[in-house]
Amino acid sequence: MTGPASRPPAAPFARTVWMVLRKDLTVEMRSGEIAYTTLVFAASCVLIFAFALVREGRAPEGGAAGILWIAILFASTLALGRAFERERQAETLRALLLAPVPRPAIYVGKLLGIVALVVATEAVLLPLVDFLFTARLFAHPFWLAGIVVTCTVGLASVGTLFAAMLVRARSRDMLLPVLLYPIVVPVIIAGVQGTAALLQPAFDAAVVRFWLLLLVTFDVVFVVLALWTFEAVMSD
Amino acid sequence: MSPSMNNGMRVVRRALGVCAALLLLAGPVLAGQNQPPQPQDEFVPVGNSPAPEQIPAAPLLIGAYIVVLGGLFFYVLSLSRRLGAVQQDVQRLEGELKRRGRS
Amino acid sequence: MPKWFTPAAILCGLMFIISPVLIARAPDEAAMGMVYKIYYYHMPSAWMFLLAPLVCGVSSAFFLARGRAEDDRRAWAAAELTVLFGALTLITGPLWARRAWGTWWVWDARLTSSLVGWMIGWAYLILRRYGGPGSDKLAAGVALFGAVNVPFIYISVNYWRTIHPPTTVVPKLRADMGVPLWFCVFAFLLLFILLMTMRLRLEHARTRLDAMYVALDE
Repeated sequence: MTGPASRPPAAPFARTVWMVLRKDLTVEMRSGEIAYTTLVFAASCVLIFAFALVREGRAPEGGAAGILWIAILFASTLALGRAFERERQAETLRALLLAPVPRPAIYVGKLLGIVALVVATEAVLLPLVDFLFTARLFAHPFWLAGIVVTCTVGLASVGTLFAAMLVRARSRDMLLPVLLYPIVVPVIIAGVQGTAALLQPAFDAAVVRFWLLLLVTFDVVFVVLALWTFEAVMSD
Repeated sequence: MSPSMNNGMRVVRRALGVCAALLLLAGPVLAGQNQPPQPQDEFVPVGNSPAPEQIPAAPLLIGAYIVVLGGLFFYVLSLSRRLGAVQQDVQRLEGELKRRGRS
Repeated sequence: MPKWFTPAAILCGLMFIISPVLIARAPDEAAMGMVYKIYYYHMPSAWMFLLAPLVCGVSSAFFLARGRAEDDRRAWAAAELTVLFGALTLITGPLWARRAWGTWWVWDARLTSSLVGWMIGWAYLILRRYGGPGSDKLAAGVALFGAVNVPFIYISVNYWRTIHPPTTVVPKLRADMGVPLWFCVFAFLLLFILLMTMRLRLEHARTRLDAMYVALDE
């Protein structure tokens, strides 16, 4: 374990974050591989749920929120796996870790890249769910945005950490969901409950605020813990 | 898992409480405040009147104790078996290492 | 095994033999009747189910910070006990709930977060078993998140509307109910320490075995 003192002078934190993020976004803009596959996968998930659950043009009560978040969870697992598989094949993650930059900055850069990708998927997924399940998701757009973004950050913070740690593990594709899902279940529950509260005919801001606050708490705890763990685990 | 919906401030206060407690990894919390009416907050010893029996309690009670004791027993058993097997291997290898050292 | 192990094991066995007698002599509960006596084993296993992931998480944090194999072994042992005591808690709970609440399971905060904690324990063990080289540090990361869940399980009953009894039940117990409970808690705690010692011993023996195989190959 090399302490920060023995390393060459580190590049500023924010600049490193921006460089990692820009690199990921540039690669993604050129190929579009993860964005398109994730999007098509998430859309097929929602369609399968629609075939299975919509009866006589009506979705089961409260089903839309659950279906939305299940699709997002599955799709982001796929995106996480692929994002780090790309790094592994090109040996770029090792190069990144060898670079004289603060390690938490690498994590934050990767995290923001994943969040951007998942939010882009959600931008298409939300109208789709709204349409297929007649869910009136956009009745309170600001609350919806708050819930979606905080829930995505919670999901991605744990996901990015474990996907990065699993890069060298043997059966990483199978292990990622096994490790990720139990840990993010609380986030998903809060996201589903918050979204379901938005869909209620009698809108109660206090309930939504409660779930939003809980999501913010999860985000803070998970990001802090992930930053520390990333530094410790990725140090050799 | 639905929060109490009647009082906005109370929900916020509880949420803030959860935040603070989670962040500080707090142990015991302000107990007994804002209790919803359903849970029993005290176990009262039974008086003369017997409790209404809809579902027989004895099989559940006995089942629970069998599960706990049985589960613990089998864990100890599996642990001592694994330990025995490994220690046997250790002894076998020790003998082999000694023989090699001599020859 | 250390010197204290055999006497402690005998004491623990005696405590587990005596405990049903004490529990049988405790009074029934007014609202739930006899079935509440599941409590005397349910709550101690639940506390061990909270203690084990904490031990696992703290040991893992030390392992990540210092890199000593000893911390890692302790974390692994504690993870196995998390799954064991989690199973006991999650089986005895529904047996009690069936009579007391009229249902086996409700999806409230306490039960759900406990189930999540148990699943994290399983994830840890699966990772150790099938993760291949390097999975020790990875598993330590999982353990940290498992430990964060513990305070959440503990406080969940006090903040959410649920039918699970809150944490205030324990200090309010009358002496003839409280004494058997604390007796059982100490019996379970002693058992926890003994099982940890045995499990650590197994891990030590395995490490030694590996070293000997390496020595034989040379």
